[in-house]
Amino acid sequence: MKCEEMLAMLNEYVDGTIDPSICEEFEKHMAGCNPCQVVVDNIRQTITLYKNDRPYELPVKFRNRLHEALRQRWTETHCG
Amino acid sequence: MPKQIVANTADIEWVNRAKAGEMEAFEALVGRHEKQVYSLALRMLRHESDAEDVTQQTFLSALENLGGFRGDSSFSTWLLRIATHAALKVIRKKGGLDTVSLEASTESPENEEAIPHPEYIADWRQSPEELVEQNETRRLLEEALARLDEKHRLVFLLRDVEGMSVKETAVALSLSEANVKVRLLRARLQLRELLTLTLGDPESRIKRAHHHHA
Repeated sequence: MKCEEMLAMLNEYVDGTIDPSICEEFEKHMAGCNPCQVVVDNIRQTITLYKNDRPYELPVKFRNRLHEALRQRWTETHCG
Repeated sequence: MPKQIVANTADIEWVNRAKAGEMEAFEALVGRHEKQVYSLALRMLRHESDAEDVTQQTFLSALENLGGFRGDSSFSTWLLRIATHAALKVIRKKGGLDTVSLEASTESPENEEAIPHPEYIADWRQSPEELVEQNETRRLLEEALARLDEKHRLVFLLRDVEGMSVKETAVALSLSEANVKVRLLRARLQLRELLTLTLGDPESRIKRAHHHHA
């Protein structure tokens, strides 16, 4: 397996959906190719960072407005 | 049991109670998901008041269509799909979207030449666990995301930030799964490159011994 082929299979490898026979080749390539090993590590870390990024808080004013609008619509659609 | 499944089981209880007419149950659902919906909208649109509009539309639409939620996907995915549609409308209206769906049919999923090659390869100086604790990290992540093309950013947000499957992402963005995969790969590689420029340890930088020819 060449570096290019490895790149093309990167998603499947990182997401664990790679075909087992290709996975073996993939890992054999990585064992002998330090740059590819580091790229895979970096990609995993990148995904982890974004996955764990905290959600944004709603601005308080907006949150109040939102809940008020929803209560109003609920009343209109449920108690008419 | 995985956290997501537990959360979804709890959601289904609230959904059933809300369907039965209990407003407090619907409010509980909003409370459980409002940050996620708002965050997605903000990351997609990068504009606070647009994100607020999309968040409000999303929950109003959820309120009106709750009867149609059958639990084929998790409640969270269902909401995010509504939010994505609403956000795409805003993007299209602003003329930003020549990209998200139309181009998809002509873009060859097999086009490997277009895969960006890793340039800056180096171990990171800190682990993701350490980085998450730092305030600068959020800004760095935002800046890197902002530099992606819209079509790559949207796929990455749904798949990797929100945790949708490739299939769910494809449905939400009206793309083929093959296109989602290609865009995701490009997004991941580009973000890796951008983050490594800042987070990589220059001492450990690897220069590739061989060059690739397309």
